[in-house]
Amino acid sequence: MASAQSASVPTTPEESPDGSFRGGALEGRTVLDARDISRALTRISHEILERNKGLEDLVLLGIPTRGVHLASRIADRIAKVEGGQVPLGTLDITMYRDDLRKHPTRGPHHTVMPPGGVDGKVVVLVDDVLFSGRTVRAALDAMNDLGRPATVRLAVLVDRGHRELPIRADHVGKNLPSARTERVMVRLEESDGYDEVRIAPTAAGEGRPA
Amino acid sequence: MNKHLLSIDDLDLADVATLFDTAAEMHDVQRRSVKKLPALRGRTVVNLFFEDSTRTRSSFEIAGKWLSADVINVSAKGSSVSKGESLRDTVLTVAAMGVDGLVIRHAASGAAQQVSQWTDAVVINAGDGTHEHPTQALLDAYTLQRRMGSLEDRHIAIVGDVTHSRVFRSNVLLLTKLGAHVTVVAPPTLMPAGVTAWSKDAGFETSYDLDEVLPDADAVMMLRVQRERMSGAFFPSAREYTVGYGLTRDRLAVLKPDAPICHPGPMNRGLEIAADAADAAQSAVLDQVSAGVAIRMSVLYHLLAGEGSAQ
Repeated sequence: MASAQSASVPTTPEESPDGSFRGGALEGRTVLDARDISRALTRISHEILERNKGLEDLVLLGIPTRGVHLASRIADRIAKVEGGQVPLGTLDITMYRDDLRKHPTRGPHHTVMPPGGVDGKVVVLVDDVLFSGRTVRAALDAMNDLGRPATVRLAVLVDRGHRELPIRADHVGKNLPSARTERVMVRLEESDGYDEVRIAPTAAGEGRPA
Repeated sequence: MNKHLLSIDDLDLADVATLFDTAAEMHDVQRRSVKKLPALRGRTVVNLFFEDSTRTRSSFEIAGKWLSADVINVSAKGSSVSKGESLRDTVLTVAAMGVDGLVIRHAASGAAQQVSQWTDAVVINAGDGTHEHPTQALLDAYTLQRRMGSLEDRHIAIVGDVTHSRVFRSNVLLLTKLGAHVTVVAPPTLMPAGVTAWSKDAGFETSYDLDEVLPDADAVMMLRVQRERMSGAFFPSAREYTVGYGLTRDRLAVLKPDAPICHPGPMNRGLEIAADAADAAQSAVLDQVSAGVAIRMSVLYHLLAGEGSAQ
């Protein structure tokens, strides 16, 4: 696919389920560097603890793939501050997406129930980018099949706006005003080898809101 | 992935890996209290069974239902087929109702292939005569991989009524594709004509001597003696078959202690497999059944959930 592109756009960006993009050229500008991401996650960790008044009943659920890495980083930070391990899980939403029929099927990711489950817990969903809100809707449906949490909150690294559903985040790393056609790319050490959030313009017609 | 699943040849290695990965996730769903995923909401799957079946039909039904598809069973008994309706008319009638997927089992080899030419629906072969049974081979290989790790260079013996076995055909295709070393063991009367030429082509071996093959096998797959397909006498007596080709208690002692024992079911206990072997700790028979649901969920999902599969 990439080889067919012209020289100005070396690779075709592949949209990930959350509206961020994988691959892609080194274009656009950096909005968060490694230290910004680190600070944002530290703040989110404190906010989560403050809001919950400690560790009681707290559960973190990361949405694959990058939400899982972020959730585990937040859990590490919480452990440092509070001295206890937050139950950590992953929640795959592939089969709950509302646009399954618009794309070729992709295999589901792993869903890992946190130790102790989610029933009656305060669940914090963690994802990298909040865009249309459809991923979060799918995540809420998926969680419904796993149990009944007392409360569900949402933490995201970047909120780029353009919601298509009545969904908002409780904890936001950075509010990033963007045009619908722009691409927001989140890169994390665990999956990409380095930490960065980048925004880039997209040629007309290429933009495909998630 | 191809639109239909008619033969193992419809799948390349990457497809098989994808199906296995998804099946592993579906296996986890089987252990949940709410066994339901919405991936096939609004899709309709018809199980069109012209031959008797317990596990294949029920596992396709469960798989479809757990993925939220509407599943309807049509069996030859009690349908218009018993009034003399042809396969083509039955298929066209069912398809005209707006069906997205057809799971078909038929006594004629090539029936699934035929059906796929008559309808726009996705067709999944659930056994056609003595030709193929791809989802059975997938679940067998998946079960073996979960027990043994990679099948590359592992020695797998397939034993029994090879002539009448569609399971054997699909399994040979898939296991050799996965790099396994396959030996097919059967009495001369139950070895299909022309198997030597095919075995050279496909890269597997044949043998008439189970006792020679067994000690070296990393896994053994027993096939059912299919009396309902036998029109003549293929062996003098059941007792003699057991002595020559049954997995008896004595042979179980010779088999490697960690070698999984598979059987596609239904088992003729005491004929091709002794109760000791069927119930041994190394028996994978019940694993195969639960893998059957996971594999069929995976197949239904990949063939019916995405774009291009809509009517």
